[in-house]
Amino acid sequence: MTAGITPGISTAPVLQVNDLSVTFRTEDGPVSAVDRVSFEVGDGEVLAVVGESGCGKSVTAMSLAGLLPRTATVDGSVRLDGVELIGADKRTLRTIRGREVAYIFQEPMTSLNPVFTVGHQIGEVLRTHIGLNRQAARDRSIELLKLVGIPSAERRISDYPHQLSGGMRQRVMIAMAVACDPKVLIADEPTTALDVTIQAGILDVLRELRERLGTSIVLITHDLGVVADLADRVAVMYAGRVVETAEVHELFAHPQHPYTAGLLGASPAAGRHAESHRLNEIPGLVPVLTQQPDACTFADRCPRAIDTCTATEPDLTPGHHRVACWNPVREPVEV
Amino acid sequence: MAVAEAITAGTPLRSNRRKVVRRILRNPLAICGLVVLVIAVMMAVFAPWLAPHEPTQTNLGQAFAPPGTPGHLLGTDDLGRDVLSRIMFGLRASLHVALLAVATSLVVGVPLGLLAGYFRSIDALISRMTDLVLAFPFLILAVGLAAIRGASLGNAAIAIGIAQIPGMIRIVRSETLRLKSLDFVAAAIVEGAGDAWVMGRHILPNAASVVIVQTTVALPAAILGEAVLSFLGLGIQPPAPSLGTMLADAQQFASRAPWAAVMPGVAIMLLTLAFNVVGDSLRDALDPKASRR
Amino acid sequence: MRRYLFHRLWQSAVTLVLATIVVFAGVRALPGDPALALAGEDRDPESLRAIRQQYGLDQSWLVQFWQFVSHAARGDLGQSIRTGAPVRGMIGSALPVTIELSVLAILIASVIGVGAGVVAAVRRGRPSEWAANALALLGLSVPHFWLGLMAILYLSVALGLFPASGFVPFFSDPAANLHHLVLPALILGTGLAAVIMRQTRSSMLDALSADYIRTAEAKGLPPKSVIGKHALRNSLIVVVTIVGLQLGALISGAVVTERIFALPGFGKLTVDAVFQRDYPVIQAVVLVTATAYIVINLLVDLLYSVIDPRIRVRGDA
Repeated sequence: MTAGITPGISTAPVLQVNDLSVTFRTEDGPVSAVDRVSFEVGDGEVLAVVGESGCGKSVTAMSLAGLLPRTATVDGSVRLDGVELIGADKRTLRTIRGREVAYIFQEPMTSLNPVFTVGHQIGEVLRTHIGLNRQAARDRSIELLKLVGIPSAERRISDYPHQLSGGMRQRVMIAMAVACDPKVLIADEPTTALDVTIQAGILDVLRELRERLGTSIVLITHDLGVVADLADRVAVMYAGRVVETAEVHELFAHPQHPYTAGLLGASPAAGRHAESHRLNEIPGLVPVLTQQPDACTFADRCPRAIDTCTATEPDLTPGHHRVACWNPVREPVEV
Repeated sequence: MAVAEAITAGTPLRSNRRKVVRRILRNPLAICGLVVLVIAVMMAVFAPWLAPHEPTQTNLGQAFAPPGTPGHLLGTDDLGRDVLSRIMFGLRASLHVALLAVATSLVVGVPLGLLAGYFRSIDALISRMTDLVLAFPFLILAVGLAAIRGASLGNAAIAIGIAQIPGMIRIVRSETLRLKSLDFVAAAIVEGAGDAWVMGRHILPNAASVVIVQTTVALPAAILGEAVLSFLGLGIQPPAPSLGTMLADAQQFASRAPWAAVMPGVAIMLLTLAFNVVGDSLRDALDPKASRR
Repeated sequence: MRRYLFHRLWQSAVTLVLATIVVFAGVRALPGDPALALAGEDRDPESLRAIRQQYGLDQSWLVQFWQFVSHAARGDLGQSIRTGAPVRGMIGSALPVTIELSVLAILIASVIGVGAGVVAAVRRGRPSEWAANALALLGLSVPHFWLGLMAILYLSVALGLFPASGFVPFFSDPAANLHHLVLPALILGTGLAAVIMRQTRSSMLDALSADYIRTAEAKGLPPKSVIGKHALRNSLIVVVTIVGLQLGALISGAVVTERIFALPGFGKLTVDAVFQRDYPVIQAVVLVTATAYIVINLLVDLLYSVIDPRIRVRGDA
């Protein structure tokens, strides 16, 4: 990696998302969860998508390979190596899911099926996509368990999920995800449900996979510590929109969107001394939107809001550090 | 996914009564069920005035009159008794037994369920008791009771009621356990409220909706139970009209006068169907999350 | 697992003892002198004394209870007042009919119920869900003995598709045996099928919204595997329990069904005994039913722990 040049831009992106919008039908009318989101992920790049809960980051992740329920309407474009995934038929999506795009979810406890052994659940991916026979799938599964750092894998392979600890289960999820050497790994809050001590181990596994297999990773998280640890580039989401995107060091050093600045202020992130700063809370909640307004959705929580903010929607600025704000922070924030 | 869930979960479980009523009225099937129920109850309550004939009045000259015969809209049976009149009085008997039975299960089951859920110490005892009752299937229970006390409407109601007690206890017990773990009940206990006060004031009113739902399940079951018992001769005794005894009689001459076998069955089915439909929609209305998911 | 097994065995044993006491007390609660009741029509003092002696009615209650239990444990359930035949033999010949009928009914109900339940859950919001739901509602609401009458009237008598009544033992003619039992089993299974369908539907909906189903979809598994394997396997755990809980209803239903189709089974024995005031038979029938119910529920519980690995290993670790 050459310093200063974001790897995603130098080569053709593996994953290219353009104007992705998701709307849910609910009893109380349509709810817009994701609004014209665009980003791209380069080969071997780790893109972190961050934001508070309810900002649409998980919905974005699910929509990439068509995992949303039928109540969701998805518009826009998601291209994987140039192949359009939005609107692709189910059969095509099935051959891509698990093979080229793989997922890791937040709850390792409930994400594994309680009535099948972990070996069976890993082997299933191999049998479905690569056509391995039972024995070959089992051998490969053991290798995979070793790869993600599970001790005595030969024995663990016939364990049921409830016999494993949370960290072990998440390692099994990762083994399952990388079984077919996917191009893109989508990790949705992979460490949130785990103890801090175990989180570090999981992040190590992800980092190693990226280095060894060259997998591109979309990391969905609200934990800026995880972002600092693993990500190359960051997209900040708020109320269904990407409000700022930049290379990770640039973003941490010079956040331009008041929301990003607020998030950084609200997190005892790497490079800051938690004890010397009180956590800043951003007052208010992420709004639930039935319609995306022609305004900045952060305006009513924003300390820097000006009249334009409530009247016109800001677009992302061009360049490497992109921000959607009428009154961005230009100097390093003092918190 | 998370967003949609957060929004639907926002509606409180026990929303206000008006909202529940509105949800039910929005469901056309539920309205049909309610209409059938109202008609059935009217026919049962006002049977002595509405019925065109005495239900037990025989008229051998008019035996086996097919439906549509003037004066006998649904025909007559082997003794020339009017099928419509007998159905009306049969509905009366069915509802009578069903209400008695469900009242029995409520009076015994709700307090026992509350106690079992509230006091850990007697939970095991009550659980063993319900196991014991469950070991005697409803019909065996009724057989035993009929053997000991004779077959009658009252004994049929008691047998059905006893058979429904375990279900009522289980429902109330698990709801009590759930409510007891909630903050507002815990707070009341911490504040030093007495057990009786907590149960009567906090738990019982909040358990009302599950009791209502269970009642809508128990009522049609009791109606079917009465029909079965009377059909076997263990319930209401002839010549008193009951939907079950009508079917038992009609079995003898069913190929000659199929209407006498068809009509009472249709009446039972419509009644239980109406109860089930209304019960379903009531449950959905009280707990919209459970139905939509 | 061993502790759980022991606990369940202990619970069942307690219930069984209590049930025996209830049956014993029930017989003593018969109106009037039990000897009079046991004697039936034959009431001269000589035979009354003989009956008192035979049934130990001249002994204390405790002795009587012990005799009752020890006789029952040896399979000696007394003699029928009406025929003088040993009750054990009467039950022995009636029980296989009922067991075959019930097993057939459970099989039919499970196939229909699970199938319709899965369809209703998977085809959410489509006509097939609506149809499956309507069918379940009808199955719950229809008095199945009436349905039996209608089936005899229209399928057996009018169309001659099935025999209207009677029974042929399986080992003398399997085909005729099944031909006689299919319709009764189908009728007996309607209620159970409806209950299984509703339960399957709701637990399938639960399972389909579970995280592990999302994982299965994210793995790119075909719907056959996501629904038929990952979701169904989890749903069936609940369905097995339901079959256990519905056993009582099934036994009650069997009594009525046998009466309608004139099957020489346990139910017919029961009803006949009540009308003939054949108390030894009633007592035995009630005791056997209660024992069967308790034992089968125990078995269902054990089956449950075989299907669900989470229970299987509990206590081992």
